[in-house]
This record gives sequence, structure tokens and C-alpha cells, in this order.
Amino acid sequence: MSELGAVVRGSLRALTFELGGPGSRERLAKLEPARNEYGVDPYGFDVDYAMAAMAPFLWLYRKYFRVLVHGIEKVPQSGRLLIIANHSGQLPFDAAMLGLSLLVELDPPRYARALVERWVPRLPFVSSFYARLGQVVGTPENCRRLLAAEEALLVFPEGVRGLCKPFWQSYRLKSFGVGFMRLALETGTPIVPVGIVGAEEQAPALLDLKPLARLLAMPALPLTPTPLALPLPTRYHLHFGEPLRFKGSPDDEDHLLEGKVEEVKGAIEKLLAKGLKERRHIFW
Amino acid sequence: MRSSLESAALFPGMPRVVAVTGISGNLGRVLARLLHTETSLVGIDRRPFPERPKDLVHHEVDLRKRKVEEVFRRHPVEAVIHLGHGHHPRTPFSETHSFNILGTAKLFELCVQHGVKKLVVLSSSTVYGPAPDNSNFLTEEAPLMAADRYSGVRDLIELDMYAQSFLWKHPEVETVVLRPVHIVGPTIENAASKYLRLAYPVTVLGFDPMIQLIHAEDACLALALALRPGARGVYNVTGPGEVPLSAILRELGRTPIPVPHLFVRALIGRAFEARLIDFPPEQLDHLQYLCAVDGSLAIRDLGYSPRHTLKETIRSVL
Repeated sequence: MSELGAVVRGSLRALTFELGGPGSRERLAKLEPARNEYGVDPYGFDVDYAMAAMAPFLWLYRKYFRVLVHGIEKVPQSGRLLIIANHSGQLPFDAAMLGLSLLVELDPPRYARALVERWVPRLPFVSSFYARLGQVVGTPENCRRLLAAEEALLVFPEGVRGLCKPFWQSYRLKSFGVGFMRLALETGTPIVPVGIVGAEEQAPALLDLKPLARLLAMPALPLTPTPLALPLPTRYHLHFGEPLRFKGSPDDEDHLLEGKVEEVKGAIEKLLAKGLKERRHIFW
Repeated sequence: MRSSLESAALFPGMPRVVAVTGISGNLGRVLARLLHTETSLVGIDRRPFPERPKDLVHHEVDLRKRKVEEVFRRHPVEAVIHLGHGHHPRTPFSETHSFNILGTAKLFELCVQHGVKKLVVLSSSTVYGPAPDNSNFLTEEAPLMAADRYSGVRDLIELDMYAQSFLWKHPEVETVVLRPVHIVGPTIENAASKYLRLAYPVTVLGFDPMIQLIHAEDACLALALALRPGARGVYNVTGPGEVPLSAILRELGRTPIPVPHLFVRALIGRAFEARLIDFPPEQLDHLQYLCAVDGSLAIRDLGYSPRHTLKETIRSVL
């Protein structure tokens, strides 16, 4: 059983390097997270597992969503970093594609942890899958610890509200919380805004069955024309903005921080507007 | 297996007479082996301690009884290490509660009356409780939420908080509360060690939390280092690192039986009621969610670092 698993993992890793393009094996080998004799870092990130698990998502990246990146060189090569993006598409493929772009388009690759919803650890398989990929629950304590260790975090301030919004609200950002701004000020972390174009059309939600969602203890239950919110093959464009640095007290009242949050939101809106203008078609 | 502790040079200013409650227990014996050459040890336990080191004086007495006072009258006790509390899921709650809380209260009172300078209380990191929304590393400030899901742990929480309030009310007694992660070892018989000894351990299908273990000798090393003059406060104590549960079971050559989370509680609950197993179903949370702690404070303040590697620690249950 475990031998079969090793064979599958081996061939998935080979697929990852094939899809990653020439030189991707050497580039990805530059990822050197701390790990113990059991192959994991203190958060449970298993880089070998991740290289294998990447393969199907990298296939989506190259062949299905055919992701194009714009301005990825603006992402700092090292040091603590918050990457803030719009969130949409019912299932978080946008997060996966954004994370992958940092791994396959940058040299050296940059590994970013996504912050997951607090209900994810309750889900069988999903919880351990995410943990082996190094993702953590987005508690302030976790974020502080990871930023202090000079790691990069992917944050979607719209959360599930953005992920599961209905199609007529496409590219209209939901309100951002101020939590990420407090964190950035407290830890002196630069913010890279990202506008993701394409994900918003992948699974247009017709309505959100809120009462049923509550019954199933899920954060939302959107109804889409495709079964199980399977995404349509829209082309993704990831537009990276210049890093933003903020100064001020992390303990300011919310309304004082909201101005700074609006600046980030404005930057993402601008990237989205540019991306939508330049895009020729939803699918190609 | 090598015993790295026997020749350990600990620190200058070791208290000359140290009383240890619960010394006849499995952890107490490990501590006795470590400390009897470093200081003069006085054992307090209601159980006998047959194969004790020759230089160790043992008093077979219940902490709740008046006779305990004699121990403090006869020996100039400078420090106390309190391990004498039990938390077996089969003992009736009123009995455990009386023994743990009244015994602890009596002991604390004696420490004040007899001018004991140092008190080290063993708690556990399970007081935080495993939960899906826990941070990956809980610090000492995290709320003690374990009783939220498992009431069996509430007298340990009560004991921990009682020790904390004693720490503030009696600054003349340097008090240290230690919260080690799951203690394992060849002679340890707690839930974690017993679980890891099962050939076919039940796991929760699709869950694989990061687990922290500490070797009993390392836990005892931390208890001994807490005797260091000047050390005071609440400390998490961690072992050599964290690993997924699946990796631990693989290292031990176990065959896990994964049960879907929708049925596993009912199944284990029935088996517990039928006395087939000694694991209360609430303990399943440890197989499902995180309850890992940040032990850096103890490393910084107590000068503690684990001496056993991750592999040694895991394999110590064999």
C-alpha cells in the first residue's frame, strides 16, 4: 500500500517538473523549508508531498486556466510579506493558482502559506491535505509567528463572503477587514496587492442557500450552473502591484485603519480594472 | 537505551532537600532516578516505593492526612515538586477531585507554614484542549479550554489555576507551573503512551494532526531545572519537535484503523462504557485537532532543552 503510494507520489512529482517547464526541478529544489527527520516543518508542511500534490493543480494552471502573470517581479525575493488578493470562484482555485505562480514563475521560487478558514480543520482529508501543504488557520498568533520567521502569507480579506458571492457582484470587492492591516503595522510587513482576473467567472453563483449552509455548519452554500461548483475553463490573469508599506500604530481605532485598508483595496481595484480592460475574452 | 540523565550536571544552587509527592508513580520513579544523586530526596506518596534508591527517604502517607506535616517537621524541606495528582478516567470524579484538590491545598499550606522556598507543580499542555481553531503553537497565555469538550480534565485545570493563584498570592514561595506535552516513556502508563502501544490504534479517517511528545526523562529534566533559583512562572515544556500522528504510527510499525469521524465517537463511547477500552471518547479530539504548544519560554528561562531525539522519544513507548 505504502509502496503504491510512493510510486504514485514519484510519478506525480515527475509530472510537476514536466509541467513546471525546463529547469523547474532545479528551481524548486531551492525551496528549503526547515524539516525534521520525518520530512515536515513545525507546521506540518511536507515539501515532498507538496511537490506531488502540486501536479494536478499545475495541470490546471498550465492547461485549464492557462494562467498569465503580469508584474510578478514586483514580489520581493525574501523577507516577511503579505500578499493580498481578491477572492472568488466558489472553490478557492484562485488561491491555488496564486500560490503556484510564486513557485513556478519566480527564480528562486517563493513559497507562500495561505491562511485558511477556521472551519477547515473540521473537514476530514481537506484538513490534513492543507496542513501538509503548510497552510495554517488564520489566527493572529499564527500570522505573527510566521511573519516573524520572514515567511510570505496569502491573505484574502474578503474571505468566504468574496469566494461565494453571486455572479452579478463580479469584480466588486466585498468589504475588507482591518485585521491584516493591524498585522502589517505591528510586524512592519510590506503588502503586495494582487488583482486576479478570471476566477470571478469560473463558477457563477446564482444564489447562496444560507439556511441550508447554516444547517450543514458550512460558511456558505452557493448554487452554480455547474455541478459541485466545478470551474469553467476561464483564463486567469494575475496582476501584481508594487509593494505597499504602511506606517502607524497597530492599536489605532478601526476607523483610522480603514483609510489604509482602502488604499490596499483601491490598489487591487485598479489592478482589476486594468486587467479587465486588457483582457480580450473571458476564455482566451 | 542510554540513560543520558544520570550524570547530568544541572545547575549551581540546587536546593539541599527536595520533597517529591507522587514519587511512587511511573514518572516519579524516573524523577527519583534523576535527582537522588543531585540532592537529598524525600518521597511523599500513599503508595509504597519498594525499589527506591537507598539515599531516598520515603513517607507512605496520603497528602490529605495530618501525618503529612511530620514530613515537613522532620526534614528541612527547601523545595517541593508536586506530581501527586492522578487523572485516571475510571476513577470516580469525586475521589480524584478530593485527592487532587484537597491534597494540593494541604501541600501548598504546608509550603507556606514551613518556609519552603520553591514549589514546582506538574500540570499538562492538555489543559489548553485540542480544538479545530487552535493556533499551531499555543503560548502560556492561551485560555485553558480543554473542559469545554472533555469534562474529565477539569480537575487538572482547577489544579493548574489553583497553582497559578498561589504563585501570585505567595511571592515568598517561588512557584513554577510546568505544562509538558504528552509524556511518553518505557514505563509511562498514561493515555498517550498506552495508545501508542496498541497494535491496531483507532484513528479518525482523514485527520492527521501534528503531535508533540516528550520523553519522560526530558519531562523530569524540566522539573529538575525548574528548581533553579530565580525561576518562577508558568511554562509549556516541549520535546524534540512535532510530527504528524501518521508518522508516529508508521515509525512504531502500527496498523491504524481509520474510522469516519461521524461514527468514531459513538464507537469509542460504547467500547468505553462496556469497559473494553480505557479511552474516553472525548480523547479522540487529540487524534483529530491540534493541541500543540510553544515551549520557547522554558528553553529561554529554565535553560531546558530535550536530550532525546524525536526518533528516540517516539520509540520510547516500545
